[in-house]
Amino acid sequence: MTSRVSEVGGEKAGTRLSGSQIVCESLLRAGVDVLFGIPGGAAIPFYDVLLEYPFRHVLVRHEQAAAHAADGFGRATGRPGVCVATSGPGATNLVTGIATAFLDSSPMVIITAQVPTSYIGKDAFQEIDITGITLPITKHNYLVESVHEVGRVMKEAFHIAGTGRPGPVLVDLPKNVLTDHSIWDPVEPLKLLGYRPTLFGHRAQIRRAAQMINGARKPVIVAGRGVIISGASEQLLKLAETAHIPVATTLLGIGAFPETHDLSLGMLGMHGELSANRAISEADVLLALGMRYDDRATGKVSAFAPNAQIIHVDVDPAEIGKNVRVNIPIVGDVKNTLSVLINEISPADRSDWVAEIETWKTIPRNGQILNGSPTAEGVMTALRDVTKGQAMIVTDVGQNQMWAAKNYCYTRPNSFISSGGLGTMGFGLPAAIGVKIGCPDEDVWVISGDGGFQMNLQELSTIAQEKLELKIIILNNGYLGMVRQWQELFYHSRYSQTKITGPDYVKLAEAYGIPAYRVEKAEDVASTLEKVARTPGAVIAEFVIPPEANVFPMIPPGATIEDSLFEEEDE
Amino acid sequence: MTRSHTIVALVEDRKGVLNRVVSLFRRRGFNIESLTVGRTDVPQISRMTIVIHGTDPIVEQLVKQLYKLIEVLKVSEVNVEESVVRELALIKVNATASTRSEIMQIVDIYRANIVDVTRDSVVIEVTGPQAKVDSLVSLLRGFGIKEVARTGHVAMIRGSMATARASTYFQESDWKNAAATQTTSDSY
Ligand SMILES: Cc1ncc(C[n+]2csc(CCOP(=O)(O)OP(=O)(O)O)c2C)c(N)n1
Ligand SMILES: [Mg+2]
Repeated sequence: MTSRVSEVGGEKAGTRLSGSQIVCESLLRAGVDVLFGIPGGAAIPFYDVLLEYPFRHVLVRHEQAAAHAADGFGRATGRPGVCVATSGPGATNLVTGIATAFLDSSPMVIITAQVPTSYIGKDAFQEIDITGITLPITKHNYLVESVHEVGRVMKEAFHIAGTGRPGPVLVDLPKNVLTDHSIWDPVEPLKLLGYRPTLFGHRAQIRRAAQMINGARKPVIVAGRGVIISGASEQLLKLAETAHIPVATTLLGIGAFPETHDLSLGMLGMHGELSANRAISEADVLLALGMRYDDRATGKVSAFAPNAQIIHVDVDPAEIGKNVRVNIPIVGDVKNTLSVLINEISPADRSDWVAEIETWKTIPRNGQILNGSPTAEGVMTALRDVTKGQAMIVTDVGQNQMWAAKNYCYTRPNSFISSGGLGTMGFGLPAAIGVKIGCPDEDVWVISGDGGFQMNLQELSTIAQEKLELKIIILNNGYLGMVRQWQELFYHSRYSQTKITGPDYVKLAEAYGIPAYRVEKAEDVASTLEKVARTPGAVIAEFVIPPEANVFPMIPPGATIEDSLFEEEDE
Repeated sequence: MTRSHTIVALVEDRKGVLNRVVSLFRRRGFNIESLTVGRTDVPQISRMTIVIHGTDPIVEQLVKQLYKLIEVLKVSEVNVEESVVRELALIKVNATASTRSEIMQIVDIYRANIVDVTRDSVVIEVTGPQAKVDSLVSLLRGFGIKEVARTGHVAMIRGSMATARASTYFQESDWKNAAATQTTSDSY
């Protein structure tokens, strides 16, 4: 990110440029090389100038996809993804994608064009108050009123989006600001008096935490996405091994700790491993790292880790004590904090505790029903074998997301990318565009349900145009499955508006020039996945799975581990 | 236990900052009892005094959320017992020849001022803690109140310590320079 900065942007310093050019120069200096977007009236001056710059611009088919792609890019690379939209409907189409990024702390810079300043407030054609609309779903936003502010605002936007707890920052640029001229001064220092994230945890607090951990008999670590964002996986591994502490992850923390490790408990929460949830219930010390105690993770808050002293490390002070009581709060970057903490941790052997947890582990059923229809678990385990557990998995939302989370066995940070906080159906396919472009050397697989796939399938066209090597799996159960599961379990199987049809996915893919397979037999799962993996370019594989399979175990919303629901044996 | 909390926030005076603060309160489910905004001794910094009802942990969470706003420089909760808390009110009251002198006596007792007189009304200006303004308003009710305008609280800790000092964030030279740069860049 920084290496390019010195090479570019310098030569035009001190010259008179248009607002559009200053935006582009700022993007270059921020190390940006790809933008996702769609042009429109107010954005034309920006797109005009874009022709003179070396960016790759990915023309999506709906602005929501631009936001998800930028979000995927940001999650996968740790650098802010950038999306662009025109004023009015272009900007409002971004909203779901911005909210998705906001809730999952994904770094993103959003550029929207706006009607000229003299029209603002007059309900002009395609005028919409996008800074007002996105106020609660951005880390910060700007309506730039003068070309002289463009350079400073762009610099601030990237700084705010990418530092501390990352998040989306929107810059709204009126058309006349894009065409007016000003002197481009790239060295303008930042003056953000009110923005100074605390990156280093308080030493005394860290020492207290170390003492508490050293004295613990039944400690558990919970790793959230903050571990991945701060790049602390190595430190986490060292801490867990030195102190012999089992590690559970949140949904978005998957990959922070290798699931192949003896100390891995897998995912906690509503659809988490029983053993992980039980370990947390019995723990005497809980070390929560870079996580925010979402209710899908905690269940009934008052029953969460009832016996534990809680140490909570997070870069965002507002997360500490927000949902769950805390005994030792530490505000700081997880990596920095663990690097210090580790020096004060005494090596320990907690085999009794680890062995006790082991007895709670259930044998995964993996749904290996041969000669029957493929099961989602079977598809995911076969995919793990075919890709040797080394692919990046981008999921949609619903049952498919949980099956993907629980049956692949993730070992690397960022190998599982999913919409957690907002749970946005339609996220998977467009987000994967950004993931693949951000990590071109990785194998990127999309796992989607049939419902969510139909929410943004127009992006197949983008994928074809950009010739992206994306492997797309549709788990087709003919239902909005996760909602159907809730209706089955909590609403007496009254299936209201959850049965859903879809197109012939093979023909659909063909229309986009993408090869596709439909798999209806379990025995064909592995061989088809092999074929998909070997076929160059984008490929779609549809797996027709049992319509009413459920995700288990499940702790009903607002309930406790005692209320867990399991698969019926005779099913 | 819920109680009244008085919070003082120093904010950078950028466009939309009041909207950000108010929107934050709405989003997090807080009812604002009173909110005042005004300039400080530093032109780029405004001072807000916000009175809200809530439990201590909830207000602590609110303070943290306020800090997340980029323009917010400093947030402190003011202990009312250790502070000067004032509010200003304008009260328009019916006042005939027969009642005017009685009203004037009340105004005197409250060390308030009559700032406008007509044949049948007066406008009273009063400053003080909320309770004083409340009690004056209720005393005047019998004469027939036409209008009341109250500013809401401003607050400052007593003693020499400054808990929300604007000049910590901008030196005078800073804002003079900033003003100078502004003029040059505007001349393009
Ligand atoms: C945009 C959006 N709309 C609605 C929902 C509610 N919702 C959650 S899961 C789900 C069903 C998903 O169905 P499908 O994509 O087929 O996946 P499945 O659960 O069947 O694997 C729905 C409708 C949502 N999360 N996001
Ligand atoms: Mg489905």
